[in-house]
Amino acid sequence: MNWRPRLADGTAPVLIVLVVLLVTLAFVGPTFSEPAGYLALLKRAAPLVILAVGQYFVIVSGGFDLSVGSLVTAAVVIAARLSDGADANTGWVIALLLGFGLLVGLVNGLITTRLLVPSFIVTLGMLLVLDGAVFLWTDGAPRGALAPSFRVFGRGGFGQVPWSVLILLGVVVAAAWFMRSGTGRTLVALGDNENAVRLAGGAVHRLRVLAFVLSGLLAALAAILLAGFAGVSAQVGQGLEFRAITAVVLGGVVLGGGRGSVVAAAAGALSLEALFTLLNLIGVSGALESAVQGVILIAAVAAAAHGKQLRRTHEQEVVRPGRGGAARADGVHQ
Amino acid sequence: MNDVLVRLEGVTKSFLGVPVLRGIDLELRAGEVHALVGENGAGKSTLLKVLAGAHRPDAGRILVGDREVSFAAPRDAQAAGIAIIHQEFNLLPHRTVAENVYLGREPVRRGQVDRRAMTAGTQRLLEWMGEDGIEPDAEVARLPVARRQVVEIVKALSADAKVLAMDEPTAALAGSEVDRLCDLVRRLRERGIAILYVSHRLREVFELSQRITVLKDGAFVSCSPTEDLSPGELVRQMVGRPLGTLYPARDSDPGEVRLALRGAGNGRLRDLSFDVRAGEIVGLAGLQGSGRSAVARAIWGVEPFTSGVVELDGEPTTITGPRSAVRNGIGYVTEDRQGDGLALRQSVRDNALLVRRAALRGAAARRDSDLGSLLESVAVVARGPDQEVRYLSGGNQQKVVLGKWLAVSPRILIVDEPTRGIDVGAKQTVYRLLRKLAADGLAILMIASELPELLGMSDRILVLHNGAIAGELPAGTSEEAVMGLATGHGLGEV
Repeated sequence: MNWRPRLADGTAPVLIVLVVLLVTLAFVGPTFSEPAGYLALLKRAAPLVILAVGQYFVIVSGGFDLSVGSLVTAAVVIAARLSDGADANTGWVIALLLGFGLLVGLVNGLITTRLLVPSFIVTLGMLLVLDGAVFLWTDGAPRGALAPSFRVFGRGGFGQVPWSVLILLGVVVAAAWFMRSGTGRTLVALGDNENAVRLAGGAVHRLRVLAFVLSGLLAALAAILLAGFAGVSAQVGQGLEFRAITAVVLGGVVLGGGRGSVVAAAAGALSLEALFTLLNLIGVSGALESAVQGVILIAAVAAAAHGKQLRRTHEQEVVRPGRGGAARADGVHQ
Repeated sequence: MNDVLVRLEGVTKSFLGVPVLRGIDLELRAGEVHALVGENGAGKSTLLKVLAGAHRPDAGRILVGDREVSFAAPRDAQAAGIAIIHQEFNLLPHRTVAENVYLGREPVRRGQVDRRAMTAGTQRLLEWMGEDGIEPDAEVARLPVARRQVVEIVKALSADAKVLAMDEPTAALAGSEVDRLCDLVRRLRERGIAILYVSHRLREVFELSQRITVLKDGAFVSCSPTEDLSPGELVRQMVGRPLGTLYPARDSDPGEVRLALRGAGNGRLRDLSFDVRAGEIVGLAGLQGSGRSAVARAIWGVEPFTSGVVELDGEPTTITGPRSAVRNGIGYVTEDRQGDGLALRQSVRDNALLVRRAALRGAAARRDSDLGSLLESVAVVARGPDQEVRYLSGGNQQKVVLGKWLAVSPRILIVDEPTRGIDVGAKQTVYRLLRKLAADGLAILMIASELPELLGMSDRILVLHNGAIAGELPAGTSEEAVMGLATGHGLGEV
């Protein structure tokens, strides 16, 4: 059998970027000469990767979710207050947080689909509402503390392997599997042409709501890992929505929907984290992170637009008459 | 003999080593309509782009008058007096007609845009073309599509175009608008404009043109005076083989009633009662605006009936929307293939399975083992199931649309303009496919503007007029009989 990796369109560039970064890290950082260094990177990257996977569902179906950063902050603050340092509370607090994420996603989705407000605006509003609510509730200084058993998900591990890495892998595998299912494929088609999906009998509203719910749920999951890892503060989620969007775009997912794979989005998040680690190691100030992120965001979208133009001028003309024409790296969408 | 304004000699163009144009000659003369025909992929679009300066030929010459030119950009072609009227218009919808006409070359008077001169200039051109009913100060968005096309032409002429290349100008137009456009083309010709007319609609080609150039697979086939060609001969040259009869023989043996309307109506439709039986193709004729597509949308539940009864297999059924229509076994091939039918950036596979995945549940939604035989049954030519549908020809895209409906094994299929904008060879495939589906027991309701097509395919024809059924005609009826009913004049001389 002639085995060839089945990669979705646009996945290759981000994988190359990721490999280059990881190899460079091995030369630059002393800790990256052994697996532990990479495991630590994965552990650090887990919340962002999970957020990027959630953001992917929304972006590929043609929307934006700007509320996830504030959702993470709110979830962490709520967790600290309710957990109150007692291990006995951990189980129900986690369930409640996931329910909270799901609810925020549901509200985002319902407002977008029922009131016909663009998702960019809905989730921007949600961002402000959650920010305000957290501030009102905490006066800027979160109270309470997280129980050790709660923090274990962000800090502890199964032997050598951190829990967060296992959760990360579980999320990515589940997301990749979902995107190969009929519902997943229909979600991408929805980002491409909503009319076609509606006239094919698709439940367009339900699919959109589903994307927001998944994003909210995964944001809550990311919050649980972050809380354990970074501790409680009212700034913990700040800017994460933009970082997640940057990661997804870096993964070659087209803004506006209809194109891109979830594995590439996750790889984009990992690349971003690896890049920040690298910059840190070579002594670039952390204050520059945001600027670097901005440049990447613009460059990635520009690269995608440029690639699209190239494809348009070449493929369209070539492929039409040529039935056995030039070989192209055919990809199966993941 | 009219002056030759533009001459292409031996134009050759390849993309990544694949030849798309192979030594094409073309002569455009003042006061002449020159038709350019060929199947999809024959190279017409690329030739237009060469003419427009969007592509540079690899070899060959372009002469404007006696002077050899080289267009580096579309701007150069415009400066040489060549304008292309595309299928999609490049107009700013919220500006006025005059503002669009003078876009980018506004006359200036004392440092200000001279609106009066713009209005007057536009008015003058409209009168010269013999087009009334367009106000230079009207907002473009308020004009119907057919009028916007006229604005495009005015825009080209105001920039001193002597050569107009029109790419499928009637593809988006309804019957009466087509006639109006044809009149305009004739007037422009009489006024000395050279027109290159690209169209799939052979009737227009024969009515309008003085000469016809045929391309096939990027090569020049022939250029002949229109009066020397018969439609049959032209089709043979385009397809490269005799087409035989375009429409397959009827062998229908209508079975039980699948779809029945009993006094159904809504805001646009009145008191519709008819049956569609398993195994037959029922044609739905009518002028634009008579409610043909409204019938489809009503059955489909998008703009549902508000009175009367719809019966499926004898059971009164309420269809609440596309989802319920699909689950009740009704398929709908819409008129707007790219806007409503396909997710263009997705693969052939994902489009073919779209309805199944979107509307069904459980194991039925997940089934994809039959994809190969499904694509084979609709004769899609693609490099594989992973190719994106936007790279397929119009005909193959339409076959994918048919395939996506066959994937859910409907009992009733509504097809609205199933061969719009696809080439003759693909049309024949679609006709054969529809006939075969009917023979296999599908009930088909077919809407088409082109009467020869409707007459050739239908077992019976229902004619709509003003939202009501004006009459029913048997297979083998005449175009005159259909038009008589459609225009509300009864059966005419019959």
